[in-house]
Parts: sequence; structure tokens; C-alpha cells
Amino acid sequence: MSATLQTQTEARTMTGAEIVLQALKDQGVEVIFGYPGGAVLPLYDALFQQNAIRHILVRHEQAAVHAAEGYARSTGKVGVVLVTSGPGATNAVTGLVDALMDSIPVICLTGQVPTHLIGNDAFQEADTTGITRPATKHNYLVKDINKLAGTVHEAFYVAKSGRPGPVVIDLPKDILIGKGPYAEAPQAPHRSYRPQTEPGADPIREAVRLLKGAKRPVVYSGGGVINAGPEASRLLTEFVRMTGMPCTNTLMGLGAYPSTDPQFLGMLGMHGTYEANLAMHGCDVMLNIGARFDDRVTGRLNAFSPNSKKIHADIDPSSINKNVKVDVAIVGDAARVLAALIEAWKEESAQQDKAALAAWWRQIEEWRGKQCLAYVQQGSIIKPQHAVKRLYEITREMGRDTYITTEVGQHQMWAAQYFGFEQPNRWMTSGGLGTMGYGLPAAMGVQIAHPDALVIDIAGEASILMNIQEMGTLSQYRLPVKVFILNNEYMGMVRQWQELLHGSRYSESYSAALPDFVKLAESFHARGIRVTRAEDLDAGIREMLAHPGPVIADIAVAKDENCFPMIPSGAAHNEMILAPGQTGGVAGVTDEGKVLV
Amino acid sequence: MPSPSDTTFRNATIAVLVENEAGILARVVGLFSGRGYNIESLTVAPVDQNRRLSRITIVTSGTDMVIEQIKAQLDRLVPVHRVSDLTLEGPHLAREMMLIKVVGKGENRMEALRLADAFRARVVDATTESLVFEMTGAGDKLDAFIELMRPIGLAEISRTGVVAIARGPGGLLA
Ligand SMILES: Cc1cc2nc3c(=O)[nH]c(=O)nc-3n(C[C@H](O)[C@H](O)[C@H](O)COP(=O)(O)OP(=O)(O)OC[C@H]3O[C@@H](n4cnc5c(N)ncnc54)[C@H](O)[C@@H]3O)c2cc1C
Ligand SMILES: Cc1ncc(C[n+]2csc(CCOP(=O)(O)OP(=O)(O)O)c2C)c(N)n1
Ligand SMILES: [Mg+2]
Repeated sequence: MSATLQTQTEARTMTGAEIVLQALKDQGVEVIFGYPGGAVLPLYDALFQQNAIRHILVRHEQAAVHAAEGYARSTGKVGVVLVTSGPGATNAVTGLVDALMDSIPVICLTGQVPTHLIGNDAFQEADTTGITRPATKHNYLVKDINKLAGTVHEAFYVAKSGRPGPVVIDLPKDILIGKGPYAEAPQAPHRSYRPQTEPGADPIREAVRLLKGAKRPVVYSGGGVINAGPEASRLLTEFVRMTGMPCTNTLMGLGAYPSTDPQFLGMLGMHGTYEANLAMHGCDVMLNIGARFDDRVTGRLNAFSPNSKKIHADIDPSSINKNVKVDVAIVGDAARVLAALIEAWKEESAQQDKAALAAWWRQIEEWRGKQCLAYVQQGSIIKPQHAVKRLYEITREMGRDTYITTEVGQHQMWAAQYFGFEQPNRWMTSGGLGTMGYGLPAAMGVQIAHPDALVIDIAGEASILMNIQEMGTLSQYRLPVKVFILNNEYMGMVRQWQELLHGSRYSESYSAALPDFVKLAESFHARGIRVTRAEDLDAGIREMLAHPGPVIADIAVAKDENCFPMIPSGAAHNEMILAPGQTGGVAGVTDEGKVLV
Repeated sequence: MPSPSDTTFRNATIAVLVENEAGILARVVGLFSGRGYNIESLTVAPVDQNRRLSRITIVTSGTDMVIEQIKAQLDRLVPVHRVSDLTLEGPHLAREMMLIKVVGKGENRMEALRLADAFRARVVDATTESLVFEMTGAGDKLDAFIELMRPIGLAEISRTGVVAIARGPGGLLA
């Protein structure tokens, strides 16, 4: 062996921990969210001796995953997590399932007991790959250091290609300590996993033919457009504008289409707008791009949009024809699909029925006229809707780039209804799993990625307590996240269901013995603000926004407010319940509906 | 929930070409149990040592929509190379092997041997009071033989589950 070759080979031989960090660096990772423990000490030691990758020490492993999700969703990059074996890994599971349900690319490195002890009930051993198999898009247990670098590179490829999702790499301690070769990311395509991104020409042509012939079209777009990157949102906007069609977004898709655009109908689904849901119910051609016909969106399936031809574009063939049988299936990346649709729309000679479209818009305007999100703010008691609306208006006035995360409950729905987004990647929420405790750590991840942006967690007083320990992380890293609590002293969403479905028997849904959130903030070295009167709301919001560090703003809101419109479980889109005082198709909840969540 | 127009059940024999790696079977089985799909039989064995490929044959049933889901769900597993619905994609052969033990003497023993001959079952073990037959064929043929052996002295059955392959030159390549 020649001398130069030898030094090269030597240079590429490293410890397992160094191999992992080198692979992360090569994948462009700048930050990881983690929590140490025995099994991952070699990785922490390697981290200590380098400066390329920043480590953010969270206070609970679940929060590390949500932080990585917030980082990923707001940047389009892969979020990275590092936790120890056993309890470190099991604590991360909720975050992993959350990322799986919402298609968020995350890599989670878990420590493991040394390979020779696996299966012996060793200290802090858990069957991490067994536990996380249904919690991840894919997972790996590395038992051979020669495969370590390749596995890390492959994990990144899997996490971000096709439908993104979380990937776990379980790392036995002897692998981290041992020495082995480093290899760069392979150029060759993956052996078995090669998702289709380019749509076929035939379904595109068929889709455009249907859409041109439509008299009552609607575009229903979802999180897949966000997953496809900002270009997809731009193309969606271009396509919707050039065709003159109405557009609605799912909870996960908010921001893909500008909320202030007149062609935007707002969110659809269980707490969607009257006009969006009736447009879905009454349309004759539906174009679904990157949404998955979730039950929160469709309502009762056999009454879902009964008279429409349905086109569904999705990168994951398993999303197509899963819940709703469609007429045209387009497999591909949302950006490619939209580009192809725009191209085909220009070429196809058929003329749109402009008169029919105008009549459809007159119908939609009539539905809009119902003003289903109207509320009356009277007196001193703050309506939660009003609090969100003022937060939106004041941040807009300030013109700062604003990112919103939420916890789960009524406040989440009010945030979706009253906070508008003009761009993608500004809205982070737990949609599929509905994980209380998501918002604060997610906001942390967003703030790390966008240090100069305004990041607000719109929270409920119950949810915020699920990951409140992360206030410590905010303080340590001086992350100026604003926690805006709509404090109704109830698990409001639970209370609402109990009122509507269980005879107002409020079983265990009162938030008793709440902390003093101002003192709590102060004890974590943050600013605490409490607002109890509508007259003081704007000043409270401005004080929160003006403070340069982290803030908890505890906003006392009406305790018994319900979130409307609402399609009760098991009901159809045209059986929406509107706010008291508004008239519309009011339906009771059937026994069948009570079984549903 | 399937739409009302999609309520007819059908059987499907699905062949899946996968990476021969740890955990792959757990992934496939977990997919079926986690999503509530039926498994009537499942067989697996390496088919290409050089390229580290195994072939799984699954017999399942469901509505067309559910079977389409099963195939799409299998196909998106990272270590899965190819998924083929043999039932849908044309004529195919499906075979199963069984070892069946019959215990008995005298006339019963003679009757078992006569029937085995008619069914082309081979004797692979014999003692004065027992016989083990090996038999290959379609599942219903195996079922019929089992029913005939039951009154004679059926003692134990071990079946492989179905393996299947398309007729003609076409095949399932990675
Ligand atoms: C309390 C509560 C209430 C809720 N109420 C509502 C409600 O009223 N309305 C509502 O809409 N939701 C509501 N949700 C959220 C709901 O549960 C679902 O999470 C949400 O509807 C799913 O959004 P989506 O269909 O856009 O799919 P996502 O979960 O975002 O999935 C994305 C889809 O796009 C595909 N995809 C991914 N990447 C790409 C790509 N690059 N190109 C193309 N396709 C891609 C994926 O395969 C998938 O099918 C609620 C949640 C909670 C917790
Ligand atoms: C981890 C977790 N546990 C339970 C639930 C069920 N759940 C949904 S909303 C909700 C109440 C949330 O209360 P709060 O945070 O105060 O929000 P509000 O509805 O009052 O705005 C509960 C318990 C959940 N979504 N997540
Ligand atoms: Mg509450």
C-alpha cells in the first residue's frame, strides 16, 4: 500500500460516534435536539469535541421530537433527534407517531445496549426497533459498524423522499465506540425504495378534461403541498388563479394558498367554514392535491360530496382510494403535478363554462354571506376568537415574519379559523395524532431555525402543562418564543363534546388547581403577563410582542365558548352545526356518530 | 370504511419480493395486524442468496378497495422490491405442501395407504402403527385428503401455506 493511500484510509476510519456525526454533517445537519444518557455518551463525547453541529438540550425526549418537527416543518429540512436507550427511546415514541401521522421528516438516533447484551433485559434496554416499527416510516438497528455510515445516509433519503416521515436508527453502544470505515452518501439509486414523483401524462390529461368541463369545481389541497416545498404552493396559487376555481385547505395545508385571496374559502372539515364544506358537498368536480380524505374532513363517508367526479393527486399510492374511491388517480409530487396541470390547462383546447363558474361563485358568495365565523365581542369577558383575531391583526400590522404553532383543542381550531397565512411553512400543528403538548417544543424548533422571526405558540391551559418543562430550554437558549394561552379553565374541546354529546356531564374536564402562569414564567426566567379584561387585550398582546425574551401570556377567556361551525361525528357536510343565533342545517348527533372520535 | 358499491369480498394471492433482512417479516405481519387485514396464509423463504432477496406469498381476502390498500401498503415498505397480485394479474399456480401423520393398524392402515395412492401422497415415514405422508397440491386437495384421513386415525398435520407463481414467461423481477 502506498503511503498516501494509507493515510487516506486511516483518515476515513473513525469511531462509530464520529461516523454518525460525519454523516450528519455531510447531510447538511446544523442542529440536533437531544437528551443524554449512558448508551449515547460516546456520541455526546464526540459532539463535545466539534463545532459544526449544535446540540439543543431539551427537558424531555418527547419535546426533542416535536422540536425537530417544528424545525423540519418550518424549513423543509430533516429534523434530527438524539436520545438514550430505554426510557429515552420510549419517551420519544409519541413524537415519532406524531411525525408519522403528519408526514414530517425526522431522524431519531436512539442509544442501545451493546450488541452482545441485546435480549438479556440489560439495564435501560428496550426493544426500540420493535416498539417503533409501527411508529416510524422505517427503522434500523445497526449491528455492524461497516454499515453504519451507509445506514445514516439511507435514513436521510428515506425520511425525506416520497411521503416524508420519521426514521429511527438504533445504535448499540459498542458500535458507537468501535472503529470502522466512513463512506459518503451513495450516488446509486436505492435498491428497493424509489417513489414515483413524476405524474403520468394520461391522468393529467383526464384531470384537465374533467376540470374544464366542470360547472362547480373545487380545489381541496392539503399538507402534501407543504411537503412538496414552497414552489408547490406558488404553483397551486397560480393554477387556482388561472382557472378561477375556489380553493379550500385542510388544517395541515393552511398557508399553501394565501388566506386573504378572494378565491380562498378557508379551512374545510369538522371545524371548517360553511362555504368550504358546502362547496365540497355541492361540487361536480373535486381536485384533491396532497390531502388524504381524513375523517375530520369527509364527515360521514356515504354522504361525502355525493355528486362529484373526484381527482386525487398524491405521492403515496396508499393514500389514494383508501377512504374515498376516486375517478382519476394521479401519483406524483404535488409540485410536479401542479406544473403538469398548468401546462396541460394551457394546451387543452376545450373552453371552460364561464357562465356556470360565475353561477357557482354566486352560490358560494351566498354561503359566505352567512359569515359563519362571526362572533360578538361584548363587555369585559374576552372571547377566545377575538383574542386570536386581535393577535393576528396586531402581528400583521407589525409586518414581522410570523410563525404559529398550536397545542390541541378549541384554541387550535380558533387559531386555524382566525389566524391567516399568506405563505407555507408558517403554521405548525399536530393534525393527525392531535398531540397535546406539541406546540411549545415545536415553537422551540421553529425559533432555532428562524432566530429573528416571531414565533407564537397558541395554547390551551391544559395542553401547555404537558410539556411546560420546555420553558427551561427557552430560557437556556434565549429563545424568544411567545406562549399565548387561551385560558378557559377547561379542556374546552372535551367540554364541548360533553355538552353536545353527553348531556353536559362535564366529567373530569375542568382544569382545577392551575398554576399561576405569571409566576411560573418568572420561575423559568421568562416574562409572565396575565390579561383578564377585553379592554386590556391589545395592550397585553403588544407587551408580549415587544418583550425581547420568552413570554407566557395568560389570557383569561370565556369559559363556556364552543367552537363552530362544527360537523358532528357521523354527520355530513351539509349537516353542520352553526354558532347559536346563526341558522343553517342543524343536525343532532346520531348513535352511530357517538361511536366515532 | 368501504363505499357501499365496494362490498364484494374476493381472495387474493399476493407475491412480495423483499430484501432478506432482519425484521422484514415483522414489518409485513405488523402491517396486517395493525391495519386489521386478514392473513389466510403466509410463507417466506430466500429465493436469491446473491442479491439477498426473499419471496413472501400471502393469501388474503377483502373488498377490492381493501386489497388495493394492502398492495399499496406493502409496496411502500422500504425493503419491499415488488408486489404482485397473482389473482388479478392472470393465470397462476398455487401449491401447498403438507406432512400428515396417521396412526392406526390393520384395515385402517391399508385404507390410508390406498387413499394416499389415489391422492399421490408419498409415504415418508412408517412404523407398525403410524404413517407420515407428504403431499403437495392445491389447498382444497389437501383439505379433501385430511377429511378422508380423519376417521381413519388422523393424528397431526403440518402445512406450509401457499406458494404461488404466474404461469407463462412473465415473472416477478426486482
Ligand atoms: C382537534 C382537531 C380537529 C381537527 N379538525 C380538522 C378540520 O376541521 N379540518 C381539517 O382539515 N383537519 C382537521 N384536523 C386535522 C385532521 O385530523 C388531519 O390531520 C388533517 O385533516 C389531514 O390533512 P391532509 O389531508 O392535508 O393530510 P396530511 O396529513 O398533511 O397528509 C398529506 C398527504 O399528502 C401526501 N403527500 C405528502 N407529500 C407529498 C408530496 N410531496 N406531493 C404530493 N402529495 C404528498 C401524503 O401522502 C398524504 O396523503 C383536526 C385535528 C384535530 C387535532
Ligand atoms: C396527549 C393528549 N391527551 C388527550 C387528548 C384529548 N384532548 C383533546 S383536546 C383536549 C383538551 C385540551 O384542553 P386545552 O389545552 O385547555 O385546550 P382548549 O380545548 O380548552 O382550547 C384533550 C384532553 C389529546 N388530544 N392529547
Ligand atoms: Mg382550555
